[in-house]
Amino acid sequence: MAVDLTEIRELFIEESLENLDVMESNLLDLEIGTLDKELINSIFRAAHSIKGGAGIFKFEKIVTFAHAAETLLDEMRNGEHLITQPLIDVLLCAGDMMRMMISALQDDKEYDVQKVQACQNELQKNLKTPIENAQADYDVSPPTMPEASENGQTEHKVSLPTTPEVSSPLPETTIPPSSKELPINETLPTISKGWHIVFKPALSMLKTGNDPIYLFRELARLGDLEVKTDSSQLPTFEDIDPQLCYLSWELTLYGDIERAAIDEIFEWVEDECELHITALEPSAQRVEKIPLSKEEKLDFDTEIAFKQEEELQLDKENFFEKQGKIPFNGEDIILKKEEEILLDKVEEFEKPEGEISKSVPLQNEKTLEKEEITPVKSSESVKEAFLAEAEITKGVAKETSIPDEKIISPSSLKISAKEETVRTKQGSGKNHTHHTIESNSIRVSIDKIDNLINMVGELVITQSMLDQVGEGFDNSQMSQLRDGLGQLERNTRELQESVMRIRMLPISFSFNRFPRLVHDLSEQLGKKIELKLSGENTELDKTVLEKMSDPLVHLVRNALDHGVEIPEQRRAAGKPETGLLHLHAFHQGGNIIISISDDGAGFDLKKIRDKAIQKGLATLDEYLSEEQLHEFIFQPGFSTVTQVSDVSGRGVGMDVVRRNIRALGGTIEVKSKYGQGSTFNIRLPLTLAILDGQLVRVGEDIYILPLLSIIESLRVKIELVSSFASRAEVYRLRDEYIPILRLYTLFNITAATNQLDQGLLVIVEGDGQKIGLFVDELLSQQQIVIKSLESNFKKVEGVSGATILGDGSVALILDVAGLIHLFHNQTKLPIMRIRSNL
Amino acid sequence: MNSDTTNVADKYLTFVLATEEYAVDILRVQEIKGWNKVTTIPNTPEYICGVINLRGTIVPIIDLRLRFQLERLAYGAMTVVVVVKVLSATKKERIMGIVVDGVSDVYDVAEEKIKPPPDFGSVISTEFVKGLATVDNKMVIILDIDRLLNSNELAIVDSLSQ
Repeated sequence: MAVDLTEIRELFIEESLENLDVMESNLLDLEIGTLDKELINSIFRAAHSIKGGAGIFKFEKIVTFAHAAETLLDEMRNGEHLITQPLIDVLLCAGDMMRMMISALQDDKEYDVQKVQACQNELQKNLKTPIENAQADYDVSPPTMPEASENGQTEHKVSLPTTPEVSSPLPETTIPPSSKELPINETLPTISKGWHIVFKPALSMLKTGNDPIYLFRELARLGDLEVKTDSSQLPTFEDIDPQLCYLSWELTLYGDIERAAIDEIFEWVEDECELHITALEPSAQRVEKIPLSKEEKLDFDTEIAFKQEEELQLDKENFFEKQGKIPFNGEDIILKKEEEILLDKVEEFEKPEGEISKSVPLQNEKTLEKEEITPVKSSESVKEAFLAEAEITKGVAKETSIPDEKIISPSSLKISAKEETVRTKQGSGKNHTHHTIESNSIRVSIDKIDNLINMVGELVITQSMLDQVGEGFDNSQMSQLRDGLGQLERNTRELQESVMRIRMLPISFSFNRFPRLVHDLSEQLGKKIELKLSGENTELDKTVLEKMSDPLVHLVRNALDHGVEIPEQRRAAGKPETGLLHLHAFHQGGNIIISISDDGAGFDLKKIRDKAIQKGLATLDEYLSEEQLHEFIFQPGFSTVTQVSDVSGRGVGMDVVRRNIRALGGTIEVKSKYGQGSTFNIRLPLTLAILDGQLVRVGEDIYILPLLSIIESLRVKIELVSSFASRAEVYRLRDEYIPILRLYTLFNITAATNQLDQGLLVIVEGDGQKIGLFVDELLSQQQIVIKSLESNFKKVEGVSGATILGDGSVALILDVAGLIHLFHNQTKLPIMRIRSNL
Repeated sequence: MNSDTTNVADKYLTFVLATEEYAVDILRVQEIKGWNKVTTIPNTPEYICGVINLRGTIVPIIDLRLRFQLERLAYGAMTVVVVVKVLSATKKERIMGIVVDGVSDVYDVAEEKIKPPPDFGSVISTEFVKGLATVDNKMVIILDIDRLLNSNELAIVDSLSQ
């Protein structure tokens, strides 16, 4: 019955990283000197979720760390700190540390413990209230450890999944000083919520493959679990039979938990143990021993309900007295609604026995009243709770529908408010597991899916129309058939576009990391930079997006480091002190263009020229156009920066950037004006799954050339062909000599002709080089769907993939850069071989 | 095709190549289909016929006759392609088609009945042979499909693309 935790673990990692992103972007949005509670709340929530999640998996380090951050945020929220840049920086650093720890988890790697410690110390320093060691509450020794035998009763606390220690109503937990005690507290009885479980497994339980630790792990997922191990039955070491279970446990589970949930956990061991489950009572002293069985459960509920009914009745009166004095705010309306839902749920739960049905709703009402009180007390934490709750009201309603679980501990109102959060978090956790996301998953908006469904609907209609035409078809219906086919084509195309759109993500996924990067770098470099993002909603293929991330970061770093000048220089140049970096994305004719522009120094063409000459890339008297000079920056190892910084300037990078972009079928171009800034324009195909292709025929085979790589196609004038060192042919096209590559030679196939003037020359460009491909003829141009050749076979040089043509046959897609490479290899072969092919 | 005594894992599909009968684990066989025109892949060994479109996926086709250096047989309506699942060393599943003369039967062969292939020294490579089994007094060569369609095939392609 062990649950596969790895999957949930991945979920945790993914969610935590998302939360960290939220934290980071919100932190950067914080304005110094102001107190934006909404923002701080959302940062707090993010940190809190991470802490909660980490608790499930017992990553104590993360829990401790997140807790420190959370405490600081809490203090900020309460106005104990002014928002200052150092404070934001500390929190940003804390976020980084958590990210590091989580990534380390993800890759099962070690992280820099010292760094984390340093950051944690920094956090602690900023705290007004020293926090008690959070780790103590997260002692995670497994309850079955035999060391427990020292004294009869050893206490272990199993970390709770979502309830942070601040909110756990354990008697020994000190309530943080920030929580405000409220007068109403005293009038309410101390009711604890949770379950007390006495679990005495039979000696032989382990033999049936049941392990108590799994049970406890399950329980700990439900709420805050306190485990007491009774090892009094443990024999001396010599007498121990390792296959027997000598230990028994007393467990206390805190939180809103359905009895059924606990029953379910013990379901498999029911007949192999002595099990007593009782609800925690106000004083938590009276422990009913109720055997676990479904029939008796009902009685049990009644019993508890009866016991509490009187008190509740009292409380209710008390409450209503109070209620008159307490002003309610708007949020209560939400609560009221929820109350209705709850009551409905409770009614569903009503058992035939009259007493129970009476007592049950009562109890629930009481709980709800408590909830209503809380917002008045510490409105912030409740607000926070509600924000989270609003999203998952459903989950909550479900969870609260069991009467017994709703006994809130009012020992501190702050606590109950927080528990609210915790409970909602639990709910959200559950919601998430329903649509478990893997690391290479994608979130698709409902709109897109609805759109898709509409398309399919239309397709079905078209199909049935064609069906009708097809029945008893005669020539008079030809036009109808044509219309139908036209419609079918349109539907198919639209459907294809919609399906492709599913893979599309807004570029903001990539852009979002830049505010942080710019923030950090500008500080590091002592520059003032304003980052402007626009067109963040421009969508592009997920794969393209992911592969573009690194090149973009590189370009942004470069712009910050070399582009934008330091404030003094800018002032001297008559520019505003704050530099502007603008990232802009937009569509242009089937492509997406990402432009990165800054208003910095721009490229010093003279410097580039000097450097090029120095590197032997150009000669002294050579005339170089602006474009040609810009081209040099993409050369590996080319840098005009005299001082290499740790940000950039080593000259590696731009060539990698260009290579990455080219690998995606894109291009990059530079525009720059010395002293006024520079702009990089990256042009990328919208998707990698479909490309516009030109079908060419060589002999009997059909190949596809990406339309993007074709410059022109021409009929060969034989007088313009010259041979080169008698092993290669070149074609003079205007002012250029272009090598001729005979595709049939390269592929060792038979072509229809080997006479250059009978075929066609397709001038293509790849890897910055032009080459003339000699083919028999050009066929049609069409959109093709790229299929992988590698998935079942192997990468073939000169071929980037395959596609399926209209007749169902396979055609290979040529990779121009690969062909050129192949061609270079082949021309190195002995002359005889080439000759024989000519 | 009696399945009462042995489990499915011990079932083998046999096919004929020239006069010999070869067998592959039936669980690896995805389907048996007729010959369709293939698209040749440039610069690959002769026995890699090319690729076909198998319901939207690109599947390479290997001619076992040529692979075993037997005489080439013209492809036609009677040519049979056995589509098999091949696991690579990294447990990646690939779909490949092998061209054979014809499929023959499905036999139950118990694991213990499979004899290791005799050592022919360097005359005949037995690295693709899992073992030999006797069925109805005939010898059946049981192929190790993973080795046959992985190591050498792809290694050859590898070396060519260098």
